[in-house]
Amino acid sequence: MGQTITEKIFAAHHRDNPSGDNVVLDIDVVMCHEITTPIAINDLMERGMDRVFDPTKIKAVIDHVTPSKDSKTATQAKILRDWARRQGIKDFFDIGANGVCHALFPEKGFIRPGYTVIMGDSHTCTHGAFGAFAAGVGTTDLEVGILKGVCSFRTPQTIKVTINGVMPAGVYAKDVILHIIKTLTVKGATDTIMEFVGPVVEAMTMESRMTLCNMAIEAGATCGVCLPDRVTAEYLWPFIKGQYGSIDQAIADFAKWHSDADAVYAQELNFDISTLAPQVTYGYKPDEVKDVTELAGTRIDQVYIGSCTNGRLEDLREAARVLAGRTIAPGVRGILSPATPAIYNQALAEGLIQQFMAAGFCVTNPTCGACLGMSNGVLAAGEACASTTNRNFNGRMGKGGMVHLMSPLTAAAAAVAGSITDPRTFL
Amino acid sequence: MKAFGGATLFLDRNDINTDEIIPAKYLTENSKLALKPYMLEDLRLPGFEPAGEAAQQAKVIVTRQNFGCGSSREHAVWVFEVNDINVVIGESFARIFRQNMFNCGMLAIELPAADIEALFAARPAEIVVDLEKNQVVAKGTSSAVFSFSLNSFDRDLVLAGGWLAYADKKY
Repeated sequence: MGQTITEKIFAAHHRDNPSGDNVVLDIDVVMCHEITTPIAINDLMERGMDRVFDPTKIKAVIDHVTPSKDSKTATQAKILRDWARRQGIKDFFDIGANGVCHALFPEKGFIRPGYTVIMGDSHTCTHGAFGAFAAGVGTTDLEVGILKGVCSFRTPQTIKVTINGVMPAGVYAKDVILHIIKTLTVKGATDTIMEFVGPVVEAMTMESRMTLCNMAIEAGATCGVCLPDRVTAEYLWPFIKGQYGSIDQAIADFAKWHSDADAVYAQELNFDISTLAPQVTYGYKPDEVKDVTELAGTRIDQVYIGSCTNGRLEDLREAARVLAGRTIAPGVRGILSPATPAIYNQALAEGLIQQFMAAGFCVTNPTCGACLGMSNGVLAAGEACASTTNRNFNGRMGKGGMVHLMSPLTAAAAAVAGSITDPRTFL
Repeated sequence: MKAFGGATLFLDRNDINTDEIIPAKYLTENSKLALKPYMLEDLRLPGFEPAGEAAQQAKVIVTRQNFGCGSSREHAVWVFEVNDINVVIGESFARIFRQNMFNCGMLAIELPAADIEALFAARPAEIVVDLEKNQVVAKGTSSAVFSFSLNSFDRDLVLAGGWLAYADKKY
């Protein structure tokens, strides 16, 4: 019987079977941020177990609230900062070098095909884009990961999601994943891995694949995964060129992780996206999705472009296409948070930041920011935001606020129109 | 091991998410106890008051499908723990929330839809979990017993008092 990519990764990292249905894996990368890690650090200290299994396999960043906004968040940052120093964790990213974890860590080349990755953050599934098994976990799993380098999972079940067709103009990975979540519902993929394959995925950049995998959790999935190929190898080349003689050699090596032709799937779904329209959410669940045309005219107060879903360079470029030579509608607040310093710098070099500012956007430092309403960009009750983020839960961006999830292009179009509007008319 | 049973709170909706259980603005707290006053603060359900007696007295929660979806925040489990709620019974759970419950030595019990329906119909004042017989015992005007299955690893986590204690011994 053949194996899926995830089954191959599990087999290569197998440590234990604590029951017939559970597996304990060795973890290659344990990633930490300042919101879910400090309680684990404090607990380890109280237990007299303040150590880490391998400082080179731990990556840490302050990203959710940065710069710190008050004494409590300053304390969280300090706990993480002091711990990284004390434990000799070299890959620690603080003010000036920090950015949204799921954009920053891939940029640093920390995630490779075949790796196992955990983080105390549900959007860790993003890193499956590299052909890795990457799962969001709670603080106790994170704590054990830090201490022992292991984590438990159920024996993996995979849903194969084949995406066929040709991406229409004005439609992006964000629209595709919103459409898939609408079909699967918020619990349709619970405790499974979503394996994204097919010509549309193969043609996607790493950024787009990250957007696709990022929202797998919104259908309940443990991880989204793409098969590592030339696109993956070219993205990682600066980090792996010492390991392989050529890119082709790397691609050939990555292929060992590919799912076998006779691999067994719990479910197989096929999508043809050739006629897909830009997608927008309307309720308080990410599966409440409609074509943009059905929501046209919906009033908005704020536009937010950023986050681990859509704060990368290609996202900024697409939004800037609409904003160039235009200004945002009166009464609408525009906020851009480039996801990392490298993205910010490149956007400056390309003149994108200037275009955002000329259109009337405020540009913040790289941070998770408004996405979860913890630091800047919080909505007042009754306000609505056109957002490139990943969750529209009630109160997510501020009590009483409404979040409409959409692509960067659709968000930029909403900024100019002052209400949700079909972005294809701007192309 | 924790005690599993007592006054029961009924949350009649699918897909209750972690932001409703504990809003993100409270994730800046660095102690579990500090979360105590904010349990279910953003949950909007007819007749439900986060600060009401039913919520304050509860030791058990009964709910529907996909409870705890969304964020990985273990705060959503800790806020129950510090409010002395150690059992959530539902038709299904989001993966991370469910794992977080067992990782803290707490119980996330899945029952078939018909049993959940029966619990919502009867609304027993009190529910006790018998871990030896794998039974949920509803105590009220009419008592009822529902069997559940518990994976041996999940049971071991509860008996060990959580994943850290289990893993420290074994790995």
